[in-house]
Amino acid sequence: MTKTIQLNTTERDPELWAIADSVVDPEIPVLTLVDLGVVRELKRMDKGVEVTITPTYTGCPAMDAMAADLKRAFEQKGFEPVTMKTVLSPAWTTDWLSDYAKEKLNKYGIAPPPNSTADKNALLGKPKEVKCPRCASNYTSMISNFGSTACKALWKCEDCKEPFDYFKCI
Amino acid sequence: MSQGINSSLIKFVVRLGDNNLILGHRLSEWCSKGPFLEEDIAMSNIALDYIGQARVLYSYAGQLDGGKNEDYYAYERREHEFTNALLCETPNGDFGMTVARQLYYSVFAYALCNALLKSKDETLSGYAGKAVKELAYHVRHASDWTLRLGDGTEESNKRMQHGIDELWMYTHDLFATLESDKELVAAGIIPDVAAMKGEWLEQVKDVIQRATLTMPDVNAWQMEGSRKGRHTENIGYIISELQYVTRAYPGCEW
Ligand SMILES: [Zn+2]
Repeated sequence: MTKTIQLNTTERDPELWAIADSVVDPEIPVLTLVDLGVVRELKRMDKGVEVTITPTYTGCPAMDAMAADLKRAFEQKGFEPVTMKTVLSPAWTTDWLSDYAKEKLNKYGIAPPPNSTADKNALLGKPKEVKCPRCASNYTSMISNFGSTACKALWKCEDCKEPFDYFKCI
Repeated sequence: MSQGINSSLIKFVVRLGDNNLILGHRLSEWCSKGPFLEEDIAMSNIALDYIGQARVLYSYAGQLDGGKNEDYYAYERREHEFTNALLCETPNGDFGMTVARQLYYSVFAYALCNALLKSKDETLSGYAGKAVKELAYHVRHASDWTLRLGDGTEESNKRMQHGIDELWMYTHDLFATLESDKELVAAGIIPDVAAMKGEWLEQVKDVIQRATLTMPDVNAWQMEGSRKGRHTENIGYIISELQYVTRAYPGCEW
């Protein structure tokens, strides 16, 4: 099995993680910020909670929205103040996407990264095989390494002829 | 951290932040003007990567420098206070020119960030860990286009060669160092940037030759001065556009 989300915490506080897991990615609403691996740590403070996140891409414009959505979710459950912290290390990687998250992506029409970043070809945009999320054909090709959001590339299926998004392996 | 090394580190971090902001701004000028839709999107994505990296670096510099914020570095400094490499401020020109700039810069930045992964400074190594992943895509993008244009039609070859030649004189300045960098190198915080030129030359030469283009004269005259705040006239135009709103409406929030 592939890796599950790696966390800094030894023990997860179920209440806090359930709240975080209710917040979805503003651009890919089938994934929660926990699925995505953006939420790194949740800590109860004397008062309120401390939420540690890591950006997918340094320039991802959705990060501000993600932080605001998380803050609001905790506030609505009565946690105040909510302190937001950002860490860069360890750098976010698609290796943190669980099989469950990949399956959700595929159903949504975004081909998930098939390889781990240990495969350098995948890292540089030449993954072994990218399956068309519509017809499951492996006969696909890349149109552009950059797509509608920082985390996606643009591919097309040579069988059903449909273009589709591919979640870049980084 | 000693006072001296702290101020040396601020200079280095701001330099790298300036490279990212100014190049990111230049690339953002392609938005809606790309040669075709996919490439328009690619340029905007790459621009965002650089601007995101600038924000990380400026925030860190501000933290080291008594609580200044990222906006201070982007919006409140004048031309001579920016220390970005001259290459980053060169105009976009045609697509061939932009690709040449991307090739020169991304190969440099990728090597630099790879070396910074081993930095004794945790924030810098953390930054580098994110940046190398993004830069790997930029290097590939620039190399692919250099090959496609160089080894394409007579016209595309001519334009690509023009970009490679025109920007050559700004490349040595990428490797400029300051006296103050020495203590950072000695402390294992940054690599010796000047010593990285040989490897850069090899990599760039490899792409240029595979693209059936002619490598510029390695001993040709080169411009320099960016680390001391000496620029080409281009910087003034960039920051007047970049800073217009904050200067017209100081402290404005929206
Ligand atoms: Zn298909």
